[in-house]
Amino acid sequence: MNVASADAVWITIGVLAVATALIRASGPVLLGGRELPARAAGVIALVAPALLAALVVVQTLSEPEGGELVVDERVLGVGAAGVVLWRGGTLLPAVALAAAVTALARAVLGA
Amino acid sequence: MSLTAHPSFREGFRAGLPYAVAGFLLGISFGVLAEPVMGPVAPIVMSALLFAGSAQFAATAVLAGGGGAVAAIVAGILLNLRYGPMGVALAPSLRGGPARRAAIGQAMIDFSWAAASRGQGRFDPALMVGATLPSYPGWVIGAVVGVLAGDLIGDPDALGLDALFPAFFLALLVEGELRPGRPALAAVLGALIALALVPFTPAGVPIIAASAAALIGLGRR
Repeated sequence: MNVASADAVWITIGVLAVATALIRASGPVLLGGRELPARAAGVIALVAPALLAALVVVQTLSEPEGGELVVDERVLGVGAAGVVLWRGGTLLPAVALAAAVTALARAVLGA
Repeated sequence: MSLTAHPSFREGFRAGLPYAVAGFLLGISFGVLAEPVMGPVAPIVMSALLFAGSAQFAATAVLAGGGGAVAAIVAGILLNLRYGPMGVALAPSLRGGPARRAAIGQAMIDFSWAAASRGQGRFDPALMVGATLPSYPGWVIGAVVGVLAGDLIGDPDALGLDALFPAFFLALLVEGELRPGRPALAAVLGALIALALVPFTPAGVPIIAASAAALIGLGRR
């Protein structure tokens, strides 16, 4: 592990802080506060399910730094949550079970 | 009525508390990881100014690997670009002038944005802001604890925290968004696009690209 130069660290933090704030503001500023055409509204209504599904599979099947798809203990945890939800269970038990099953599987499998 | 006086603000705040604990633990691990790379002050400032876990971890990993500021910035921006389409989804539910809307946009984190989604393109901004609120001090104080106290909790993965958030998104998808027809199709397409891109693109890109699945909304019903 390298110690980064102070310049590189502070430039990174400064630029990312400004960029992140601008990205977070962009949608609300550009598209908020007015009625959108029906076709645009029809597309925007589908952004949430598309993004949520992508977050589920990416955070279950890949490493945070990217790269190959991986199948590990997270699949068991998220799968257990899926079963609970499918059987009519609610959010908090499903989420808690996901963490517990994943942690248990890691402990048992020694990962 | 101000946003914080809205009943769903308190509902969001309560819903946000358990995830703030998870954010606190992950914040500790960020402080532990970042302190050897960037010293004691910068990780805390970064957590306070960015409030964006995946981008912070990614930028820090690039710096730790000897990559320069430009590479670290690119990695961080790629991960945070998803707030673009997330903000687009949120926008039609926002009232008030541009400054107010920009301020509400700053409260977007994956968890609270997802929690505030009411299906069929509607969002509850007061719930989102309320749900974000406990996570902010959790994340920043976590970084302080990680920098100062070091590795108190060990590997947060041992607690299964990395499965907690995808399970949460799955629950919201199943409970709120997975209506038959186009929403379900958009979800399946989004997941497939993301999975197909993971091996070939930098982290962050698969999520952004998945939002293209929403374009099926352009077709005739």
